[in-house]
Amino acid sequence: MTPTSLKAWIEGIGFLAPGLADWPSARAVLRGEAAYGPAPSNLPAPGILPAAERRRASRVVKLTLAIGLEAAARAEADISQLATVFTASGADGHNCHALCEQLATEDRQISPTRFHNSVHNAAAGYWGIATKSMAPCQVLCAYDASFGAGLLDALGQVVIDAQPTLLIAYDSEYPEPLHSKRDTPDCAGVALLLTSQKTARSLAHISLRSTVEMAQKMLDPDLEILRTAIPALRSLPLLQMLAKGESGTVCLDYLAPMQLSVDLKLC
Amino acid sequence: MTPLLLSSYTATTCLGKGLEATLAGLRDNHSGLKPCIFETVKLDTWIGEVVTVDGQKLPKNLARFDCRNNRLVQLGLEADGFGDRVREAITRYGKSRVGIFLGTSTAGILQTELAYRRCDPETGRLPDDFIYRTTHNSFSLAEFTREYFGLEGPALAVSTACSSSAKVFAAAARQLACGTIDAAVVGGVDTLCLTTLYGFASLQLTSPEPCRPYDVVRNGISVGEGAAFALLERLPAQPTSGSVLLLGTGESSDAYHMSSPHPDGLGAKLAMAGALRCAGLPASAIDYINLHGTATPANDAAEGKAVASIFGDRVACSSTKGATGHTLGAAGAVEAVICALALTNDLLPGSPNTTTCDPAISLNYQLRSASGKVRYALSNSFGFGGSNCSLVLGVAQ
Repeated sequence: MTPTSLKAWIEGIGFLAPGLADWPSARAVLRGEAAYGPAPSNLPAPGILPAAERRRASRVVKLTLAIGLEAAARAEADISQLATVFTASGADGHNCHALCEQLATEDRQISPTRFHNSVHNAAAGYWGIATKSMAPCQVLCAYDASFGAGLLDALGQVVIDAQPTLLIAYDSEYPEPLHSKRDTPDCAGVALLLTSQKTARSLAHISLRSTVEMAQKMLDPDLEILRTAIPALRSLPLLQMLAKGESGTVCLDYLAPMQLSVDLKLC
Repeated sequence: MTPLLLSSYTATTCLGKGLEATLAGLRDNHSGLKPCIFETVKLDTWIGEVVTVDGQKLPKNLARFDCRNNRLVQLGLEADGFGDRVREAITRYGKSRVGIFLGTSTAGILQTELAYRRCDPETGRLPDDFIYRTTHNSFSLAEFTREYFGLEGPALAVSTACSSSAKVFAAAARQLACGTIDAAVVGGVDTLCLTTLYGFASLQLTSPEPCRPYDVVRNGISVGEGAAFALLERLPAQPTSGSVLLLGTGESSDAYHMSSPHPDGLGAKLAMAGALRCAGLPASAIDYINLHGTATPANDAAEGKAVASIFGDRVACSSTKGATGHTLGAAGAVEAVICALALTNDLLPGSPNTTTCDPAISLNYQLRSASGKVRYALSNSFGFGGSNCSLVLGVAQ
């Protein structure tokens, strides 16, 4: 049986990566209208959080709020009602390092806040608190295949549960010494708001099937570095088609030998 | 949802390896908990340890996955002939048509904790033999399982703290419904580590005694470890009498606090109501509820309110964490398997260590294991970050 039922309408896009502040700036680069300039990711202070929480917000919390809210705003969606699928190749690397460092000493009385921030679903938990959404919230990890895993589950929720679902795929860096073992260079992520019904705001329709073809690469060497260095950015070939307004089929890296072929039809 | 078949299932916890030991422990009101003497941990608490974990040797070609967590994965997979049932399913459906959906909270982070003690004193570098991807990373148990069976289909880890391995049932059911796969290995594995033991202690959530869920003097959790798996397949036209079925899943978020449940259990209510709706069953159909029941004052009070608001005080319910400890990311799958045992053995599991039910919580709480017909069971799993999941299981008549 060939799965053909994994499909959805894209209603909104959020994006943040090194040198690319948001979806409009990424779109311009992906269309070839602006040059890509490498720069550290710029994570905006999340205005949705109260001032005290805003100052304490970690990098992954800032990242996921930035891209999730950007996609929801484009779609004019009610964030308090959205189901979410978070997918990330790792948790908060800086928090993890601090815990492991302290647990390697004689004084193991770790901070309770560090502990609850260590869970893989920490960013998802803060998203729920910030948006007050009590809808289902999924949190996945599939290492380098995390974007594909998230897309599969998000489309499953759209198709089976018929509820608008916000996919938030993101990654962040580890400090040393873990960085030498897992060298994700910086924070980056993409958010896609997916729905089962076409609306006036729909940007494109996607349908997904598995394949063993080779994934498409980015022609621009800087963007290809981003695609391969940051798991969430395995999505870049799909985003480039969206940016250029091209319908067609694109193959994305998932979990070798299984890849994901995405059929994209612009609205 | 269209019901799915649990064509094979297994659980390994401090009660023992496999279904027989688990069932015997539940019937005898046995607690597998013991004082914490794990690694170099110095905490006044009790744990649920699987003592045979470190006897496991991983296959040579998968040596890079070697860590306590993946040893427990292998130990659990090979209990009750579960691995053979998976291999048969792969023969039936093909190696790209069987998916892997596993829950965990900390995977093999113990490996990283130990490696940090061996950092090079000059350079600060981690030792060369430490491999992040195949031990620490949350996906490591799913990647190990996929390679262990030589699979080429989809795989993912769900990591939503203590609801992780309940949510894998929902994620797998969606892909089965969409036709991406024909069978799914679902489950959860978590192992003892310093992060969770010292972490729960830092929140003053560990008990200095064996945990006593729903007891009037309950005072915290006993951290445990465990591995539990189920093989999910579409239902044949005539399921064999006694087959265990997944009938409904319900997921929700508290949107309230990172480490405390909503005091009225609002998110828990949404998850239970969602699972009943998904199963197409009224609350009155449920014969047994396996509670999340961690034995912290706040969790049991909030969950008790939520359960009472939907089910009243009619349904027999218990938390089995006094027997197994809180197996964290494995708890959802462990307790789904306990529900399967309840359904197939006319068993209402009791709650070892609990002696006096909290009078402020009006539930039909099952202190001691008893015989009773169970046609439909509901299992609750709730986690940090306000993540909730309830499952409804049934048995083919």
